[in-house]
Amino acid sequence: MKPPPFRYHDPETVADVVGLLGRLENAKLLAGGQSLMPMLSMRYVLPDDVIDLNRVRGLTHLREAKGALEIGAMTRQRDIEFSPLVRTRCPLLNEAILQVGHRQTRNRGTLGGSLCQLDPAAELVAVAIALDATVSIVGPKGEREIPFAEFPAGYMMPALAADEMLTGARFPQWKEGHGHAFVEFARRHGDFAVVSAAALLEEDQSGRITRASVTIGGTGPAPVRVKEAERALVGNAASAKLFREACESCRKLDATGDVHAPAAYRKHLAAVLSRRALEKAHSRMGGAGR
Amino acid sequence: MTAETRKIVVTVNGRRHEAEVETRYTLADFLRQQLGLTGTHLGCEHGVCGACTVLLDGLSVRACLMLAVQANGHEITTVEGIAPVKTELHPLQEAFRDNHGLQCGFCTPGILTTLIEFLRDNPDPTEAEVRVAISGNLCRCTGYQGIVAAALDAARRMRGEKRG
Repeated sequence: MKPPPFRYHDPETVADVVGLLGRLENAKLLAGGQSLMPMLSMRYVLPDDVIDLNRVRGLTHLREAKGALEIGAMTRQRDIEFSPLVRTRCPLLNEAILQVGHRQTRNRGTLGGSLCQLDPAAELVAVAIALDATVSIVGPKGEREIPFAEFPAGYMMPALAADEMLTGARFPQWKEGHGHAFVEFARRHGDFAVVSAAALLEEDQSGRITRASVTIGGTGPAPVRVKEAERALVGNAASAKLFREACESCRKLDATGDVHAPAAYRKHLAAVLSRRALEKAHSRMGGAGR
Repeated sequence: MTAETRKIVVTVNGRRHEAEVETRYTLADFLRQQLGLTGTHLGCEHGVCGACTVLLDGLSVRACLMLAVQANGHEITTVEGIAPVKTELHPLQEAFRDNHGLQCGFCTPGILTTLIEFLRDNPDPTEAEVRVAISGNLCRCTGYQGIVAAALDAARRMRGEKRG
């Protein structure tokens, strides 16, 4: 249970990180270390080089810009948790982050680390999908921005070239007074979710839903938007019946079973948790129930 | 590969240490093996049990999930550094003694360091908040009842109220 020997690098600029990635054959980026350190200790990964990002400048911002929250890849989960800006302008992210690990892991863990680790049940990954986030990626040719929906290239595999790194994410804000909820089922508080559900709702003055986002995490290799449920919601007045019926489509998701829960149970959870998330989101509309 | 080493300067419990460490060494192993501070316990060594929790610049972190080189230039507090003087316990430690907050004591260092940070952020917590705060620390002896009672009692004492 000790990490194997490796060469340690602690560059101070993104350009230096990209340079190292281009030069080194078998390197791992170390962000908050809350996933990579156990993997090193258990020797699931055996890198020749570890590139520590903790001294890299310009990756720890958290600011509001052009209708979105821009958060640096090395922003600690703790700073997101305690940010008044996140609580008021992106409440879904606030609710989700309180369910990410524990105080001790959030004090070190970062946004970028979690997004790149891409655990299928990770809360921050589900939030990025739910909010149509975009991510900034820097490589030798400069910066590119892609929708987060295109970021998972496979099971726990980000769409990054070997010489690229994630530098930040942009979470578009929903209208003032929108409803939000992040609910999950986990065996113990702080565990990865078996299944999680995120819901966002906007409605017009007559009470008709004008915009909806329903996301399920934990069923497949990455969280998914349930477009069929979203379509069933938009244009209709919110009711318990509408939510129940819309969420039935979650049972059709592809699900994989594992030691924690069989596929059929995950589908059942997807339908139940998405309904609970919608009901909770609706009860919070207009700023109520905060 | 031969082990790579680096020189680091760390302040641990108020004392400055200069040391040569293997870059693959975790902070927990450095504290225990090189500084002889064995109060920081190692249970799972992969970030699940919380026994190795220490304070890094005042914030609780798992010392098994950090490299010692990453502590360079930072301030660490371990369980050895909690009490005000050698012959006196911290009010949190007293509350643990008085409320049966420990039995074998293996998880205790991690729980104490976690609660030092938590009670500083939240001096008047509810029982539910205490339970969430220690959710990242596993205890196999107490069933947590004594720990929760001790944390609430410590909060009262640290606020300067009468002991409960």
